Amino acid sequence: MNSFSYTRADAVETASREVSNNQTAQFVAGGTNILDLMKYNVERPTRLVDLTRLPLKEIEDTDKGLRLGALATNATTAYDERVEERYPLLSKAILAGASAQLRNMATDGGNLFQRTRCYYFYDTATPCNKREPGSGCSAINGYNRVCGILGTSESCIATHPSDMCVALAALKATVNVTGTEGERTVEFADFHRLPGNEPERDNNLKPGEIVTSIDLPADGERFAKNFTYLKLRDRASYAFALVSVAAALDLDGDTIKEARVALGGVAHKPWRKPEAEDLLKGQKATKENFERVAASLLEGAKGFGSNTFKIELAKRAIVRALTMAVNGQH
Amino acid sequence: MSTNVTQQPLGDVAVALPPLETITLTINGTQKRLQVAPWTSLLDLLREYLDLTGTKKGCDHGQCGACTVLVNGTRINSCLSLAVMQDGNEITTIEGLAKGDELHPVQEAFIEHDGFQCGYCTPGQICSAVGLINEGKAKTADDIRELMSGNICRCGAYVGIVAAVEQALHKCQPNQ
Repeated sequence: MNSFSYTRADAVETASREVSNNQTAQFVAGGTNILDLMKYNVERPTRLVDLTRLPLKEIEDTDKGLRLGALATNATTAYDERVEERYPLLSKAILAGASAQLRNMATDGGNLFQRTRCYYFYDTATPCNKREPGSGCSAINGYNRVCGILGTSESCIATHPSDMCVALAALKATVNVTGTEGERTVEFADFHRLPGNEPERDNNLKPGEIVTSIDLPADGERFAKNFTYLKLRDRASYAFALVSVAAALDLDGDTIKEARVALGGVAHKPWRKPEAEDLLKGQKATKENFERVAASLLEGAKGFGSNTFKIELAKRAIVRALTMAVNGQH
Repeated sequence: MSTNVTQQPLGDVAVALPPLETITLTINGTQKRLQVAPWTSLLDLLREYLDLTGTKKGCDHGQCGACTVLVNGTRINSCLSLAVMQDGNEITTIEGLAKGDELHPVQEAFIEHDGFQCGYCTPGQICSAVGLINEGKAKTADDIRELMSGNICRCGAYVGIVAAVEQALHKCQPNQ
């Protein structure tokens, strides 16, 4: 780890200014990802701006729905009674990720900024366009079991590793951010980005912008009964997803009023395709209909050798997750 | 009681390093005023500067759980936490669980059920189990397995560990 200086932020605006004015400064909150990456010399900030003393820990009802303060921990959020009751998909997804210790440290805002777990991003002895722009991608012709099959580019096939974000995508959460130019709200689908030819950029925030809260929309409560978060991985617990599916259905008898499906472990961002979800609108909850959704979501998927199995795995996981959701199996 | 400890590791260096930060921690019930470099992890502070070597450094990357300690009663990985960020907090390590010669119920249960072989993961397992009991979410052996999955035991003493945690869970009320 390189040496760095430290400051404790006492206001969002000044913290934002400090990081936007200094390209080598970074924010720290739970620290579970950035400190790990600093120990590997993947991240090398010269200054850390500690956000944890800012008053952004509360989970509160607003006229939009339920607001998660950016500094609420993953554990607090997953076990919050309002989240458990109204957005159980989110609880389930959070508890499918990391370990109890890490969930006690990691914050909701920080979860959005997790960096990829691609082996080559961590291995500073190998080229990686995300870590070192222009150096090349070692994963495309390398060990890419954990890499993406959708929305990849010639410069990067990394995936976003979060479970929480897959549920937030399915629930159509919105993210409130504050930067040097003021506050704005970002739709969850627009928060993260595909790698294109700038894989070093994980999201669409401007330098210095700080996530202050995440809004769970009130209409997301429709999915509190028929939902599931299905996570497929190499161990039964404490492993990143090979493929995960957040499935949520608003049912009228056995007719689907609305469906949401988001995939994790397959792309540079949680993968959603509203056209695929619309295939279920007004339809019966049958295996054949679910297979059509799976085929649509995986349209254009491309494997790179050791991750090609994910294409079929994802299709089957989608059908299974939707079937579980219909049956109320969480 | 207050103890002053200043880190001494920087020595003579050719470049100017960022300044030490002054923090106050309550460690196993004793308040300490400390000066730490910004990059010192809570784990390194405990082991290298406070001689609390019960907390173990395993992977140093948050993957094995050997460094688990309690911060204000909540279990965390001390390797992934900067000491400076813990300013004002209460830290409990394995050294702080027993009351004199009387072991914590989780410690007793680990002995009774042979919940270890080499013992390297044990302080982390025990602190994690105390945290788990405080959280009050585990009801069954399966819950314990899931909620203790952040603590790896290379010897594979899991059967004894789960039995020990199960016994302690039924014996302890939350927050003990």
